[in-house]
Amino acid sequence: MTEENRPSPDALLAEARREGRGRLKIFLGAAPGVGKTYSMLETAHERLRESVDVVAGVVETHGRRETEALLTGLELLPPREVEYRGHHFREMDLDALLARRPKVALVDELAHTNVPGSRHVKRWQDVEEVLAAGIDVYATLNIQHLESLNDVVEQISGVKVRETLPDSVLSRADEIELIDLPPEDLIKRLHEGKVYVPEQARRAVHNFFSPGNLTALREMALRHAAERVDAQMVDYMRAHAIAGPWPARERIMVCIDERVDAGRLVRVTKRAADRRGAAWVAVTVETAQTLSLDEAEKDRIADAMRLAIQLGGEATTLQGDDVVAAVLAHARERNATQIVVGRARRTGWLGWLGKSVTDRLVEHGGDFNILVVGGEDEDKPHAPAFSARKAAVPTDWLGLAFAVVATALATGLGFVIDIWLPVASISVAYLLAVMVVAINAGLRPAILASVASFFSFNFFFTEPRLTFAVSDTQNVLTLIFFLIAAVIVSNMASRLRTQIQATRESARRSTNLYDFGRKVTAAATLDDVLWAVVHHVANTIQGRSLVLMPGENGLSIAAGYPPEDELDDKSAAAADWAWSHGKPAGRGSATLPAALWLFLPLKTGRGAVGVIGVQMMEDADLPAPEQMRLLETLADQAAVAIERTTLVSDIEAARVATERERLRSALLSSLSHDLRTPLVSIMGAASSLISYDHALDTSSRADLAQTIQDEAERLNRFVQNLLDMTRLGSGALKPRVDWADLRDIVGAAVGRTARLARSHSIKVEIAADMPLLCVDAVLLEQVFFNLLDNACKYAPAGTTVKVWARRTRQHIAIEVVDQGPGIPAEDREKVFDMFYRVDQTDAQTAGTGLGLAICRGIVEAHGGTISAEPGLHGAGTCILIHLPLPPDLDLGAASGEG
Amino acid sequence: MGNPRVLVVDDEAQIRKFLRISLGANGYEVTEAATAAAGIAMVRAAPPDLLILDLGLPDMDGQEVITAVRETSDLPIIVLSVRSLEFDKVEALDRGANDYVVKPFGVAELMARVRVVLRPRGAKDAADVVESGGVRIDLARRVVTRDGDELHLSRKEWDLLAVLAGQADHVLTHRFILKEVWGPAHTDDTAYLRVYVNQLRQKLETDPARPTLIVTDPGVGYRLKRGE
Repeated sequence: MTEENRPSPDALLAEARREGRGRLKIFLGAAPGVGKTYSMLETAHERLRESVDVVAGVVETHGRRETEALLTGLELLPPREVEYRGHHFREMDLDALLARRPKVALVDELAHTNVPGSRHVKRWQDVEEVLAAGIDVYATLNIQHLESLNDVVEQISGVKVRETLPDSVLSRADEIELIDLPPEDLIKRLHEGKVYVPEQARRAVHNFFSPGNLTALREMALRHAAERVDAQMVDYMRAHAIAGPWPARERIMVCIDERVDAGRLVRVTKRAADRRGAAWVAVTVETAQTLSLDEAEKDRIADAMRLAIQLGGEATTLQGDDVVAAVLAHARERNATQIVVGRARRTGWLGWLGKSVTDRLVEHGGDFNILVVGGEDEDKPHAPAFSARKAAVPTDWLGLAFAVVATALATGLGFVIDIWLPVASISVAYLLAVMVVAINAGLRPAILASVASFFSFNFFFTEPRLTFAVSDTQNVLTLIFFLIAAVIVSNMASRLRTQIQATRESARRSTNLYDFGRKVTAAATLDDVLWAVVHHVANTIQGRSLVLMPGENGLSIAAGYPPEDELDDKSAAAADWAWSHGKPAGRGSATLPAALWLFLPLKTGRGAVGVIGVQMMEDADLPAPEQMRLLETLADQAAVAIERTTLVSDIEAARVATERERLRSALLSSLSHDLRTPLVSIMGAASSLISYDHALDTSSRADLAQTIQDEAERLNRFVQNLLDMTRLGSGALKPRVDWADLRDIVGAAVGRTARLARSHSIKVEIAADMPLLCVDAVLLEQVFFNLLDNACKYAPAGTTVKVWARRTRQHIAIEVVDQGPGIPAEDREKVFDMFYRVDQTDAQTAGTGLGLAICRGIVEAHGGTISAEPGLHGAGTCILIHLPLPPDLDLGAASGEG
Repeated sequence: MGNPRVLVVDDEAQIRKFLRISLGANGYEVTEAATAAAGIAMVRAAPPDLLILDLGLPDMDGQEVITAVRETSDLPIIVLSVRSLEFDKVEALDRGANDYVVKPFGVAELMARVRVVLRPRGAKDAADVVESGGVRIDLARRVVTRDGDELHLSRKEWDLLAVLAGQADHVLTHRFILKEVWGPAHTDDTAYLRVYVNQLRQKLETDPARPTLIVTDPGVGYRLKRGE
């Protein structure tokens, strides 16, 4: 037992329980080629160095050179040669190993199946015997060989693993070492030929080594190792499962249909997913039937899907004729592990015609865990938010008139047919009329047409004619069959019509949402998003729309299309109610229906961000139910988009606050350091003079007095800088420009610096054609003094600081170059910030952190620029100043005057 | 035996200068280093008798220097720093510094601290008796007297007093005292400490409200002052 592998109390207990038994350490990998054998051999060598008796029972190097190299120095047990069906096999010599009795035995490929005729069928059984003999075993294992994962692995990778071993072997292991390698690296190794692949399995193996498979396997290995190691590791996994992309995470899928308890299904799924840390998705399938559902049922589906999004799930709408096939295909595509469905309901006369979706899902979804949730109605069917939706479908007078006309036309046609054909053929003309009515006007007019046709047929064409009596049995049958046929045709044709309409509507809706998503995503600022929202919503409902957002004085209009400034009191009250209750309010809703506007809350997972109001062009009108659903979805999307922009500005505000705080603490630390450092020397030197005057010689006394003076001056400079900066900041420092010679200015600064920096030599080189400058000489001298002071502070003693000034075509360029450590590229702009120093602690040559900021302030006040560049040959620092060229000096005028 | 050797590690030349002058005037032999690396190297090459260390060094934090020095040596360390927060003091002391002087400081104060930490360490064992004012603490015989009268102390009170007297004149941090007296599990239970220090003061101090024997270093710890 080494230091780092300290056993847990549980492990110690388990150890006590099977005293005398060897310890099993498993090197667990996600896939072949991750380096299990290599790690095992490395560990073996560590043990060898600790003089532990290690013997390799069986090691498969698969010809990998690095692995083979590790075999040198290890005692290898000669394999047992076995002949089976004319082939020679080499197996681990169990008896020899038991006889040899090492402290540790290395056994590669724990899941290996022994050649028939060996003592045990499986290698892990050999290992059991070795362990029982009190020999420790180091073994390797790939995760896909675990019995319980066998089917999962097959499902994920499509490869059936034949060599398996019971999970109990892994769970009995005393130690598991997870050998982890990212999938990309593993695939790289595969391509480099570093992974052993048997010839006959080459193709299957290449399918197996897809990034998706490997990620999934890797996660399984991690999971198993984590489950085994301890709760801490599980927490770690959890934390990562949430934070990072774990593509093979468990995913639960819930199927939503128009059932009353659809919301409950969503919540059940959410809870299950939370417990397992799984991702989840709600799916609904749009088929021909669902398109003709009534409005309440459509609402329930839409509500359940929105609930899923609000609860943090994902919502997907699938298209397809076969619900079960669509669901299963999607589940496979998304790697779902579990499917949640509601219990089958009695579905009326269709119920006994075919099996329910749930039953068929259970039957066909063999490779998924299917959870059927009981149908107890936890949430009662809630009252629809919009009473208007319940309004009866208005009577379609036009359609009915069309039915009458069509029947009349068919009757006319009947008279024509009657001349040449038998009476029964006339029914075809009537059927044609019914069909045309059904397709163009819908079910009700078609039924009317059927009945009208029946009576017309009876009245005009069956004997006795012009009466409703029928004498001939044959005609009775014809009439009855006609009626049945007419009803069926009208039913089918009208359904076709509904479907076509629904499909068109669905396409419109998708396009609309897509458009909206695109517009909103493109908008960067809150105003842009709001404008996109109101514009799009107004266009969609063919009316007006506005967004209200909370401000200091409650809700106020943030955007409107067409622009709107004020709301009537009733509407304002409705908006407030919608905002505070998170439910629709206003026109057509259950609350304040008399208001002119209808308001929907803009809700996100973190709460409401505002409300959206809509109004149709005609005050009395209400959005159609379909529009209403679309509106709700748009509101959701708009809410998320608004939240996104507010989050961005929140982050920005937080960043600014942090920055301000950083500046403040930098200022404090700078002040405390830079004010105190000279004080320390002054106090120290002064108190030395006072306390030990008698013990000091003359030169020491002079030294101390000099220290006091120098440091007092330093303090003074710092205070001066502080004052300058304050004046610069408040705009009180205005350059008083006059003609000045740059040589004088630089010379004065060099003179001041020289007293402080005796250890540096300063070289000044000013071009001969340098004109007189129109500057504030005092301020500019301060600039050069600060720059030279800096250079001497940072550059090592004995080096040269160079000032080089020249005139270029555009400006006066002055460089101050030192041979110090230089400024990192990312800091070159920041050094000019107030109180910025490359290092923010007091572990720093005393500097004001103000000098460069002051330089920038002064130079910019002169209309120039200052920047930091790398020095000559990239070493040291070069501060580059550009000053504007001076105006032409009219000496003639001056002399003329003088 | 020559003069005690003091190594000053500070990046400010002016500070090194006046320390060199005043320490020299007091008969110490002074060597200097401007960086942490140089300081550590000098300690390893030829351990001085005392290290005076600035915390704000250009190449490494002084706190790290304390740890690095303590790996090889238990020479006395006095920390000088502008950092005046208790947090920094406690950290330095916990890392093994013997004393902490906040800049700016008077040289006389520093010299007094230097004398305390340089007091021959053998003396601690020999000085089983610590005297201060009228109080006499006999560590070997476990007897405390005040003005000649023997005082009765509870066991914990005695343990606490013994720890303080064992390193008289040194600041001992709360954590250190708690660990010594109550054990490692109680290093954060400063309430214990305050209660017992208060009891000790009631018994030992002439004026418990203005202690002169067991003095408080606010936020850092306690120091038992020996009579000069």
